[in-house]
Amino acid sequence: MTTISASTRDSGVVTWRNLMNVRRQPDLLLGATLQPIMFVLLFAFVFGNSIGNDPDAYREFLMGGIFAQTVAFNSAYTTIGMAADLEKGVIDRFRSLPMSRAAVLVGRTTSDLVVSALGLLVMSVCGLLVGWRIRGSVVDAVIGYAMLLLFSFAMSWIGAWIGMLSGNVQVAQSAGFIWMFPVTFISSAFVSASSMPGPLKVFAEWNPVTAVADAARELFGNERPGVLAARPESWPAQHAVLFAIVSCVAILVIFTPIAVAKYRKVASK
Amino acid sequence: MPPPASSIAVRAEALVKTFGSTRALDGVDLEIPAGTVLGLLGPNGAGKTTTVRILTTLLRPDSGRAFVAGHDVVADPDAVRRSIGLSGQYAAVDEHLTGYENLYMVGRLYGKNRTDAAARARELLARFRLQDSADRPAKTYSGGMRRRLDLAGALVAEPAVVVLDEPTTGLDPRGRLDTWEVIGELVADGATVLLTTQYLEEADQLADKIFVIDHGKVIADGTADQLKAQVGGERLEIVVGEPGELAAVAQVLSEVGSDEPVTEDHQRRVHVKVDTGPKALVEALRRLDQQSVTVLDVALHRPTLDDVFLSLTGHSAEDEPTAEPEGKSKGRKAKSR
Ligand SMILES: Nc1ncnc2c1ncn2[C@@H]1O[C@H](COP(=O)(O)OP(=O)(O)OP(=O)(O)O)[C@@H](O)[C@H]1O
Ligand SMILES: [Mg+2]
Repeated sequence: MTTISASTRDSGVVTWRNLMNVRRQPDLLLGATLQPIMFVLLFAFVFGNSIGNDPDAYREFLMGGIFAQTVAFNSAYTTIGMAADLEKGVIDRFRSLPMSRAAVLVGRTTSDLVVSALGLLVMSVCGLLVGWRIRGSVVDAVIGYAMLLLFSFAMSWIGAWIGMLSGNVQVAQSAGFIWMFPVTFISSAFVSASSMPGPLKVFAEWNPVTAVADAARELFGNERPGVLAARPESWPAQHAVLFAIVSCVAILVIFTPIAVAKYRKVASK
Repeated sequence: MPPPASSIAVRAEALVKTFGSTRALDGVDLEIPAGTVLGLLGPNGAGKTTTVRILTTLLRPDSGRAFVAGHDVVADPDAVRRSIGLSGQYAAVDEHLTGYENLYMVGRLYGKNRTDAAARARELLARFRLQDSADRPAKTYSGGMRRRLDLAGALVAEPAVVVLDEPTTGLDPRGRLDTWEVIGELVADGATVLLTTQYLEEADQLADKIFVIDHGKVIADGTADQLKAQVGGERLEIVVGEPGELAAVAQVLSEVGSDEPVTEDHQRRVHVKVDTGPKALVEALRRLDQQSVTVLDVALHRPTLDDVFLSLTGHSAEDEPTAEPEGKSKGRKAKSR
C-alpha cells in the first residue's frame, strides 16, 4: 500500500474512533451546540436592541461575527480532546503502532470538523429563528459555509498543538479557551474596529476572525446596518473573502508541521 | 559496527536517560536471544518502564543505542514498530469503545483489512475470556479485564517481539495464570518477550533469563538458578515444640551448617545456611532424634529471588527504594486500577 493511502486509512480509523467517542458521550456535543445557541440569543436580544435604531439589521450583522467566533472556538475542543488522549495513554498506544505519524492529528481535526459542522447547522437554524437570512446567491452561501469550515479546521490545528503543550486535561481546559477571548473579541466580529485604541485597532483589522466574520456577511449577503455602514479602509476589510482564505491557508501551512513535530516528541507524562 | 546477529532479537547498549536531575537509566545493557523471555525485575522507580519506552520508540535515549528485531530504535522507529507489540504499564484502552472495537481499531492501524482485523479481534477476545463483554464499552470493564484487553492489543499483529510492562499487576490469580499461559504460548510460537515485573515469582516462572535492575543500572543477570546460586546454598529450617529446646537445635545446626544459625524465638524456629542440602538435613534430624528433641516442622529452602534481591540491593523487592520520592508512581498506579 502506498504511503498516502495508508495515511488516509489510518486517519480514517482515528476519525471513526473519535466520532464513536462522541456518539457514546453525547454531552461532548453540548459545548459545540448549546454555546452557539446561547450566543445567538444573547447577542440578538441583549446587544441587538442596544445599538443603532435598526435592531433587525444589527441582529443580521451580528450573525457573521457569531459564526466566526463559534468556529474559532473549535480549536479549544481540539485542545481538550488531544490532552485527554495524551492523559489516558491512548496516544502511547498509537505511537507504538506502525501507523502514519500525522494520522492521530488528522483524525482529531477531522472529527472535530464534523462536530463543528453540526454546530454551524444548529446555529444557522437558530439564526433563522431570530430573523437572519441568506440573501445572496446559493453559490456564495456554499462558499461561505466552506470558508467557515476551513477556518474551523485551521483553528483546530492550532488547538491540537496547544493540547500537546498542555499535556493534561486540566491545563488544556484553561489553555484552550483563554487565548480565544482576546482573539475573538479584539476583532470586528461584533463592533467596529474603528472605535478601538491604536494597537488594538491594527490587531483587529488584521485579525483573521474579523476577516472571516466580514467574509461570512458578504457571502451570505447580509447588509451592514446604518451605524456600521462604512467599511474600514484597511486592506483586509476591503478584501475580506480573499484575506480570510489566505489566513486559513497560512495557519495550516504554519501549524500543521509544528503540530506534527510536537506529536512526534510528546510523551504522555 | 555490523547489524546485530539475527539470533539476537533485542539489544540495548549503554542506555542513558535523565529526567531533570533524575538519572532514570544509567547505562543499561541487555540482550534477548530470539524466542526467549527476558524478565526485567526491579522495584518502583528502578527504570523498567523507561527501558521499555526506549525500546518501543516512545522515548529517545540521551545516549546509548538499541536494536529491536535488527532495527535501530532511533534511526528506524517505523521498522521497530512493525516488529513489536506493546502493552504498557497503564492499560491504554479507549474507554468509550467496546472491547471488540478497541482490538479492531488496533488491527486496522497495523494495516490489516476490515475482515482480518475483525476476525483477529474476535479470536483474541475469546482467548482472553472477554467474549461475553466484547460489545460493552471498556469503561464498564473491571481493572483486570482492561489489563487483559490491553494485553490482547499487544498481540493483534502477532509481532516478533512482545513487550509487556508489568502485565500481571492488578490481575487476580486466575488472570495471572491466564497471562502466564498466554506468554508461554507466545514463546512456543517463536516470539521473543520482554517482560517487566516486580514479582520475583513471576520472573522465576516465566523468564529464561532475568535482569535485575535498580537505580537505572543492571545489577545482576542470569537464569533464576544462577542468581540463586550467587546468594549461596540452601537454608535448613527447623521448628520445635518447646522454647527450651531451641538451644539444642542451634547447637546441632551450627555443627551441620556452613554459617552461624539464626534463632527466631517467637516462631520457635532456627535456621542456618547449608552447603550440602539433603545430607545436612538428614544428619541434623538424626542428631536431634538422639537428643529426643520434638521436631514439629522441617524444611529445606532454596533461596528465593527475594533473597537474591535482598542480598544484591540491601532492600527487599517489595520495599520502596528509600531515596525515591514515590508519590508519582504510587498515585498513577492507584488510578489505573
Ligand atoms: N517523564 C518523566 N519525568 C520525570 N521523571 C521521570 C519520568 N519518567 C520516569 N521518571 C523517573 O525515572 C525513574 C525511573 O522510572 P521508571 O518509570 O522507569 O521506573 P519503573 O521501574 O518502571 O517503576 P515502577 O515499578 O514504579 O513502574 C523514576 O525515578 C521516575 O520518577
Ligand atoms: Mg514502570
